Amino acid sequence: MSTTANTASTDVPPAVPTSNAADLTQPSGAPPSAKKTRRRTSGTGTRATRVLGISSLIGLVWLVAFGLAFSPADYLQKQAVRIMYIHVPGAWLAFLAFGVTALCSGVYLSKPGRSLIWDRFAGASAEIGVVFMAVTLVTGSLWGRLTWGVYWQWDALLTTTAFMFVTYIGYIAVRNLGGTPQARAKRSAVLGLVAALEIPLVHFSVNWWRTLHQKATITPGGDTKIGGLMLFSLMIGVVVFTMIYAWLLIHRQRVLAMRDAVEAHGLDRALEERRHEGAPR
Amino acid sequence: MNTWNVAKLVAAKDLRIEARSRVITNQVLPFAAIAMVMFAFALDNENDALLVQVAPGLIWLATLFSLLILVQRSFAIETADGAIDALRVAGIDPGGIFLGKAAALAAQLVALETILIGAAVLLYHTEIRLGGVVLLVTTVLAATCGLAFVGTLYGGLAAGIKGRETLLPLLLLPVVAPVLIGATRALEAAFGTGKAVLADGWPWLGLLITFAAAFGVVGVLAFGPLLDE
Amino acid sequence: METIVDLRDVVAVLGQFPALAGASLTVLRGEIVLLQGPNGAGKTSLLRVCAGLLPVVRGHAVVLGHDLTVDRSGVRAKVGLLGHTNGLYPELSVRDNVQFWGTTVGASSGEIDAALDRLGLSLRLADVQVGRLSAGQKRRTALACLVARRAVLWLLDEPHAGLDAEGRDELDAVLRQAAASGATVLVASHELERAGALAHRTVQVIAGQVHEVEQ
Repeated sequence: MSTTANTASTDVPPAVPTSNAADLTQPSGAPPSAKKTRRRTSGTGTRATRVLGISSLIGLVWLVAFGLAFSPADYLQKQAVRIMYIHVPGAWLAFLAFGVTALCSGVYLSKPGRSLIWDRFAGASAEIGVVFMAVTLVTGSLWGRLTWGVYWQWDALLTTTAFMFVTYIGYIAVRNLGGTPQARAKRSAVLGLVAALEIPLVHFSVNWWRTLHQKATITPGGDTKIGGLMLFSLMIGVVVFTMIYAWLLIHRQRVLAMRDAVEAHGLDRALEERRHEGAPR
Repeated sequence: MNTWNVAKLVAAKDLRIEARSRVITNQVLPFAAIAMVMFAFALDNENDALLVQVAPGLIWLATLFSLLILVQRSFAIETADGAIDALRVAGIDPGGIFLGKAAALAAQLVALETILIGAAVLLYHTEIRLGGVVLLVTTVLAATCGLAFVGTLYGGLAAGIKGRETLLPLLLLPVVAPVLIGATRALEAAFGTGKAVLADGWPWLGLLITFAAAFGVVGVLAFGPLLDE
Repeated sequence: METIVDLRDVVAVLGQFPALAGASLTVLRGEIVLLQGPNGAGKTSLLRVCAGLLPVVRGHAVVLGHDLTVDRSGVRAKVGLLGHTNGLYPELSVRDNVQFWGTTVGASSGEIDAALDRLGLSLRLADVQVGRLSAGQKRRTALACLVARRAVLWLLDEPHAGLDAEGRDELDAVLRQAAASGATVLVASHELERAGALAHRTVQVIAGQVHEVEQ
């Protein structure tokens, strides 16, 4: 039996069994290349992400300058229009993030290998999406208060946004339910795809409901004429937010990969203990 | 066994269990009925016009709340004595299990909705027009299929996970919002509530059928990966 | 002899806990193998791995010709697992339960009757609701479901628990008959004398590993 070999290896420092077991984790763990990257750098940053992060920061300074100073105040909405420069990019980002979640969920389920990296990307993207959706909802209702006089309108886009927010909170709750990483990945991939199916249905029905019952639907920023400099500022916002998203997504995915790796490392130690407990007899 | 035979077998089994345990007649139906009475308290039962106006929406709200109980019950019978493990081990076609459980759930929902519409007639003075009967029946059937498919899909997702009792409403209610909107409008058209005319109802029925078809297909495909953990 | 179960250095986890820490076991067709060992040693996990329920995290695992590290679903239709739960529907009668599981493999009503008969359930118990049965009668019903399902690999977790002396004899007879007709049986049991007399071979499960016992 293999017990004799295992008993011997318990005396060796944990570094040896770890590298030993890393080969065995292959089918379920992260690809080996990712592992090497992580080992070389102590954190989750690489040169590429640092460049991305620094350029996002510079872009953010630009956005602040253009959004708050260079772009003109609106004729009707006055200074309140400046909320647009974070509200619209935030909304774009949340939709992009949830789209990426659905895409990665689909890839995870369809690829025969079922690599967990797709599951981690899906989860990381949904987390970022929920944060930016919260930003969108808060800025949207503040903007609504300033332009419409109310915090909330039963507008189709607004209602769908709120539904998306709740749906992805549920998605993250399901992700945190525990079980093996594979079970978690499978469950949440199905949910990620179903959510992508649900959103158009909700949006369509709410939209239809509003237009049939109340003709005057106000779309956010609908009565704003967007001038050249305003449009330029808005585009800066979209680009900068997308860069921030990419930066966050890469880092979050790596953190999740590290967490899985820590669990795998914990498994190696637990395995040693378990074998040890059975050996001396 | 092919998918349809599995579906028939599972549906017959679920309905037989319900017939024996009488959870729906002894617990869910009384709950739905008392909910209809409570709605009248919360609104204004002196004001008949108001109750007639909101009756279609209240029927579906009571249905949705009962759906949460029925879905939990539908999977509690599988998890109680580990039958769900046995179903997994038996290698039975998961698409068939999905369709069978959804069919049993749909049969219970139809019974429930019939009672709720009766309660609306009785308590809220809703009037059923002869011309609206076809729309009424098709709406009830289409909405029921949609609710049964979504309910079974999410029930399967939550089955065997700790904390599913609290998670199920959070997951399920946002998804069934289109059914609440569509079925309420279609029922208003069928009853002639307010200024609603019959022709307004048909597009909503189309929405309900689309919803049911979409989640039926997804459920058959996704139930395998969900059951298998 | 055909190899039915072939496990080598299998690791399986329950959450973070390695229930199996490199377990190896080979079982041939028609064998009755007894798994003995203390509670928490991994006997149940070993059975669940063989049933394709618990994922194999590391190692080599082939059961009934299916590689469990690749696909755990193929093996399931041929395996019968009787765990701590019976997997029965308490509201239904004994016959309804056996019929339900038998129908999944297309068993005829004659086969259902034969399955009931073999576990002594055909007379007055057949139409009683399972919820009203004693623990031993429930266990017999669960075994009848395995017979009706035509499982070729039987994985039994403490099957003798809760059975009276007569029930135990019946169970042993059923297991011997199943093995004689080509089924393979893995029994996890505390009742060493009883199961030891029944089994062809005994292995010890300790701390998530399997040790052969010198006969």
